[in-house]
Amino acid sequence: MKTVLRAPIGAAVPRDRAKRLLAGRGRFVDDIHLPRMVHMAFVRSPHAHARIAGIDTSAAATMPGVIRIVTAADLAAVVSPWRPTHNRFPTMAAPEQSALATDTARFQGEAVAAVVASTRAQAEDACEAIIVDWEPLEQVGDLASALAVDAPRIHKEMASNLAFESEVATGDAEVALARADVVIERTFRFHRHTGVSLETRGILADYDPSEQRLTVHQSHQTPHQQQDLYARLLGLPEHKVRVVCPDVGGAFGLKHHLYPDELAACAAAVLLGRPVKFIADRLESFLSDIHCRDHEVHARMGFANDGTIVGLAIEDRFNAGAYGQYPRSSIAEGNQITRLTGAPYRMAHYNAKLKMAFLNRGVLGHIRAVGHPIAAAVAEALIDLGARKLNCDALALRRQNYLADADFPLTSAGGVAFEKLSFMQCLDKALSLVDVDQVRREQADLRAKGIHRGIGFNTFVELTAIGPEYYGEGGQHISAQETCLLRMEASGQVRIHIGTTDQGQGIDTGIQQVVAGVLGIPLDDIEVISGDSALSPMGGGSWGSRGAALGGEVAMQAARTLRTNLLSMAGFLLQKSANDLDVIDGVVVDTVRGSRHMTVAELAKIGHFRPYTLPPDLPSDLTVTARYGSRDRMFLAGNGIQVAIVDVDIRTGFVQPVRHLVVHDCGRVLNPLLVREQIRGGVVQGIGTALYEEFRYADNGALLNASFADYLVPMAGEMPDIEVAHIETPTETSELGAKGAGEAGLAGAVGAILNAVNDALAPIGVFMTEVPLTPPRILAAIDRAQMDASKV
Amino acid sequence: MSDDTPIVLTVNGEAVRARVPARLNLADFLRQDLGLTGTHVGCEHGVCGACTVLVDGKLARGCLMLAIQCDGACIETIEGADASGRLAKLQQAFHRRNALQCGFCTPAMLLTAAELLRGNPKPTREEVRDWISGNFCRCTGYQSIVDAVMEAAS
Ligand code: FES
Ligand code: FES
Repeated sequence: MKTVLRAPIGAAVPRDRAKRLLAGRGRFVDDIHLPRMVHMAFVRSPHAHARIAGIDTSAAATMPGVIRIVTAADLAAVVSPWRPTHNRFPTMAAPEQSALATDTARFQGEAVAAVVASTRAQAEDACEAIIVDWEPLEQVGDLASALAVDAPRIHKEMASNLAFESEVATGDAEVALARADVVIERTFRFHRHTGVSLETRGILADYDPSEQRLTVHQSHQTPHQQQDLYARLLGLPEHKVRVVCPDVGGAFGLKHHLYPDELAACAAAVLLGRPVKFIADRLESFLSDIHCRDHEVHARMGFANDGTIVGLAIEDRFNAGAYGQYPRSSIAEGNQITRLTGAPYRMAHYNAKLKMAFLNRGVLGHIRAVGHPIAAAVAEALIDLGARKLNCDALALRRQNYLADADFPLTSAGGVAFEKLSFMQCLDKALSLVDVDQVRREQADLRAKGIHRGIGFNTFVELTAIGPEYYGEGGQHISAQETCLLRMEASGQVRIHIGTTDQGQGIDTGIQQVVAGVLGIPLDDIEVISGDSALSPMGGGSWGSRGAALGGEVAMQAARTLRTNLLSMAGFLLQKSANDLDVIDGVVVDTVRGSRHMTVAELAKIGHFRPYTLPPDLPSDLTVTARYGSRDRMFLAGNGIQVAIVDVDIRTGFVQPVRHLVVHDCGRVLNPLLVREQIRGGVVQGIGTALYEEFRYADNGALLNASFADYLVPMAGEMPDIEVAHIETPTETSELGAKGAGEAGLAGAVGAILNAVNDALAPIGVFMTEVPLTPPRILAAIDRAQMDASKV
Repeated sequence: MSDDTPIVLTVNGEAVRARVPARLNLADFLRQDLGLTGTHVGCEHGVCGACTVLVDGKLARGCLMLAIQCDGACIETIEGADASGRLAKLQQAFHRRNALQCGFCTPAMLLTAAELLRGNPKPTREEVRDWISGNFCRCTGYQSIVDAVMEAAS
């Protein structure tokens, strides 16, 4: 039976939780104080690579407030090391890592010792008094030097610093490129940056030895994953480990991993038998949060004279960090690039090579839109260049090569299953919102006044709601399915217990809307309980845009069961066919005769207090569960297009975004208010990636800009208004039809800005390929172009 | 500790007496000593704006002031501003417009926006963007915040 999906599903409902946050009543990890709580601070390596010859803690041990000092040797007794293996990629190197570095620090910021003290300030004071005997080692900061024959080996257990190599091939790209009429070839560089949640990472771990009970409050996306990891690495019974993620102040992927310092705080709690709090400061965050990007992509796209794309070959050189992130491994960013580049286009011949090396840099991993922005930007920049060379319109060229309705379903050249994507529809919609001819006229007028305006388009594919196979086959304990437990109280009000988590994107509200719509009861009568590994059914948390597609679907299924039970009870009590009944606004109605009957609250009271009045075999459970996860597909693919308009000041090199448009297809939209602002937030992060955000390192590997004064993030003043429009192509793999929407903003913005800047600079012969597009880079490129021009 | 300094100040209309170490900043004092956890800390170096409070009626960064500098001062935090009802219009507009996701930047955003509207009850969008440009928000695209401030001003 098809479930009727009615309002408030799809309505622009504001979030309940927002009211508490607006009153300053949020409860973030650092807001929680427990009796006997102590604070932890870390001694971190100032070197990118150094041997630890000795650690002298004697002076620190006697300082005020110091309770305990720990080094790797102290923690070894209570916590095991780990290796981020992935069985799908058996050749990937997975060197061992532990909570504190043992004999070698492999990146600047790696924790080597920790102090537990009465206050954070005292712990920091004592950290300064710990003397580490460092023996600096030669460090490597990029793939080429890491793979040089005489490169220092970062992990002695490995023969070289090569982490992984792979190749994806469809057809024969080399032959196709050799036969192509036009080949566009460029090398792109995307520098390293990070996620920068405003609330830094933080944890409060409490251990009660009498019950072997570990209770952790943590700013994190995946409570069940952490429960499993803490239980296994600390050797505790899993059912005695509880991980609670209270309000989380932004996550974006950087809070869904195991961090050594956070595990060390748990280990210290076990050693001390009391609550230990660790809150990262901003410097620590820049150094030790998961980093992202840091790829160099060499790409060649071949065209026939008639505009057909005949082949694409890319090589991704992926500068990873000193270790693999745990438990997922660090492979996915390179993997997504090799699978998604050029994905919107019909492509008979495709080849993508990936080479990934360990470096003496922070661990690199999964941050929002893993790999997507790079894959899209590379292909879309090549298409623009192809159009210039072929002397045709770049949008017509896209349209000519887009995968169209008749092509679906298909497995892409990169090996990803696409159910149905809407590239043409998204472009049509975009063109109905942006008058390109008008923009071109403005561009010409402005150029006469010395202003260089550009417009850029970027078509992207968005992989969301990963299925269980990827990590299941990988051997990681990562749940890609969801279970929902619905309990109707005697009042007729409902609690939803679910394994997805809400860091502000609003998935709790989306799920509440689904249940309200299916059950026919008011939204205010429903609450979501999430983010607590003891209270929520085992599930995956929130990452990879899975909340709506998996959490929404499983909540719908559970609500459908509860609805069936309510209607069967009502049918029995009213002596009517349940098929004739519905619940509208909390009241049972006979839809055939139009009569109103008992309320859901009355039914709930009977179900809980007078169950003996119902036949024993009548479906009447008021606590129900459902489980949902795809059995066979790897991802749910969505898609979209972004359009950026920017002004480039060629005297200063400064880029000002003027207008930005997103047309996005995430299937059924549960709540447009929430989806729109989530996409806008992603776009702004993408503008940050495109224009500002970059780690800069000294020659010795020291990070030069680990503060907000030096690492630029987008602020309100520079950001444009962002229009968001939707095409809805619901997935048929679920009843709800929702796909994810969290990656889209960031996935598409980077390439749109890059193409817009290159459009602006085309008349002066500049084509930028290095992101972020900072003023010095733009000025240098303009200088080079002018020098080249003067030589001719 | 013996070198703690006594201070007397008013916080959200209540008299507070405390002894504080010289290095304790105002944000930590409010959060840790007074339990006013609506004031957040995002950078501790004066850039992100999350620690914004009012000191003697003026916006100030709680991480850039020491608690001892506040001896004799009048402090208002989000808790006080919320209880007074003076933010109600902005709060409603933020809620309706979904001008927050994680909410970590939000208390400071509200206090900052309220100050704008006090001095400039009918700002333009550009003026709003400009005014809140010292407050980092990583989740929203800022647009809903601008929309909410404009709605509250209308
Ligand atoms: S914490 Fe004060 S400005 Fe960031
Ligand atoms: S809502 Fe998360 S930082 Fe603004």
